[in-house]
Amino acid sequence: MAPDVRGASLTALAAGVVAKTWKSRDLVEAYLERIARLDKQLGCFLLVDGDGARKKADAIDKKIAVGESVGPLAGVPIGLKDIFVTRGIETTAGSKILKGFIPPYESTASGRLAAAGAISLGKINMDEFAMGSSNENSAFHPVHNPWDLERVPGGSSGGSAAAVAASLCAGTLGTDTGGSIRQPASLCGVVGIKPTYGRVSRYGVIAFASSLDHPGPFGRTVEDAAALLEVIAGHDPMDSTSIPQPAGRYRAASKAGLAGLRVGVPKEYFQAGMDPEVEAAVRAALDELARAGATLVPVSLPHTQYAIATYYLICTAEASSNLARYDGVRYGHRTADAGSLEELYSKTRGEGFGNEPKRRIILGTYVLRAGYYEAYYGKALRVRRLIANDFTAAFSQCDVLATPTSPTPAFKLGERSADPLQMYLADIYTVAPPLAGVPALSQCCGFTKSGLPIGLQTIGPPLGEEAVFRVAGAYEARTDWHKRLPEDKS
Amino acid sequence: MPRINPEEVREIAALARLRLDETEVERMTHELDGILGYIETVKNLATDDVLPMTHAVPFDCPMRPDEPGQSLTVDEALQNAPRRREGSFEVPRIVPGTGGA
Repeated sequence: MAPDVRGASLTALAAGVVAKTWKSRDLVEAYLERIARLDKQLGCFLLVDGDGARKKADAIDKKIAVGESVGPLAGVPIGLKDIFVTRGIETTAGSKILKGFIPPYESTASGRLAAAGAISLGKINMDEFAMGSSNENSAFHPVHNPWDLERVPGGSSGGSAAAVAASLCAGTLGTDTGGSIRQPASLCGVVGIKPTYGRVSRYGVIAFASSLDHPGPFGRTVEDAAALLEVIAGHDPMDSTSIPQPAGRYRAASKAGLAGLRVGVPKEYFQAGMDPEVEAAVRAALDELARAGATLVPVSLPHTQYAIATYYLICTAEASSNLARYDGVRYGHRTADAGSLEELYSKTRGEGFGNEPKRRIILGTYVLRAGYYEAYYGKALRVRRLIANDFTAAFSQCDVLATPTSPTPAFKLGERSADPLQMYLADIYTVAPPLAGVPALSQCCGFTKSGLPIGLQTIGPPLGEEAVFRVAGAYEARTDWHKRLPEDKS
Repeated sequence: MPRINPEEVREIAALARLRLDETEVERMTHELDGILGYIETVKNLATDDVLPMTHAVPFDCPMRPDEPGQSLTVDEALQNAPRRREGSFEVPRIVPGTGGA
């Protein structure tokens, strides 16, 4: 029997596959039908691998039929942000410069999902090289928000968030450098977590800003996100910044309740500029946490106002170095005619990169330049430590922090794309956690009068994912926001 | 006074090996001026006694035994190359010589 996958949770679907209530193949067909019907309007997928998914599903079903053991995500269809390299399957990072790139190896995170039995339906749209907050920077096409097709899903993992919201797959992977998992999760009303830096391997994740890039999952429920993180987290010898400790028990934490936890409320995250409906919903969520048994503690993160500037100094510097590898020699686009090596590089890059990567390469090269380095990049590294110290001080008074994720609900396509600075400023509540490397989760905590989701962000200390999941799971158990679904618009 | 001018943008683009057309230079000069103006907010913060932080989590340099492992074959490494020749990546001539282009 095929279940109705609209609104279904990944953990429930996996349990049904193992219990033989339905087959993995049924799930794959159900999601492929939804993608065929709904994704023309949404634009979530860059590549759908239907045949590959069917084959893998049949293999899982066969294993189950003969009583072989299968992994914890057996047979559930998922999607991968197109920044995770996938062996034999085109991977573009949303950029024309990588169009046609067929990786000869597999990212650790996507490989671990496959080993756990999850089935990838394909590659998901994103802002080019994960640079953006609206998904409008995809070199191929924008993604539309399932709650209102005229609005953006957020970015850069906008396709990953929208695909879960619209039930085009049961869960997805994304990456977060300055908010690229949490902000789209907020704008699409789903759960997304950026774990501690180094908790999930970056091996095979196309690099944007290496000291800030965090792979992580999206789920419909807190437990779904926990189940995915449990599989992808853990040490990886292929990533020298990978944390050696074993992964935590996130699923159990999501059901453990939050009694006795102290929830810090940083005053700097409740200041002018926030949409009044967002503020009201987040304050109501804080009251709910208090009713659930948490103690609310006022705290301060005094360097918050410097986080966006610090973030853009560091991420552009790192991006300008990381993106130097796209030169038309080893992979990707190569200009048609170049007389010299120098010309091959500069023409290939000028033709292949879109506006946002170009802007960030120029800004990053500028701040790293001899004579400017200490004033810009060197300064940013020092301010980064002050921002991280703020979190250390706050976590001496509380176990987690609770804040809004985004100062506004989803905005309209085109509304901010003409003004990059305006777009950068929207990251105000999400850029500090990656600078400090601390885990942070976004989940739905209400809707505006016009029906747009609002996000609550829970931030933990380094390796404090379990405390974050306790809070998020307890909040979800007491509220129904996560059960609301966007209408199918075909 | 603008913080950056078109001549500087052209210079940086050359350093970054990134060809920009004149419309792009003009637009980027204007946008970067705004962004640099905002970014300068960090300049007033006193940080003389603060150590730079390059990574969020402190790492010891991880070591492993120096043993050969599996890696890509030459064919795999070359499979995405836009132009390849005799098991190598092909680029325009770097050093003047007598061989083919």
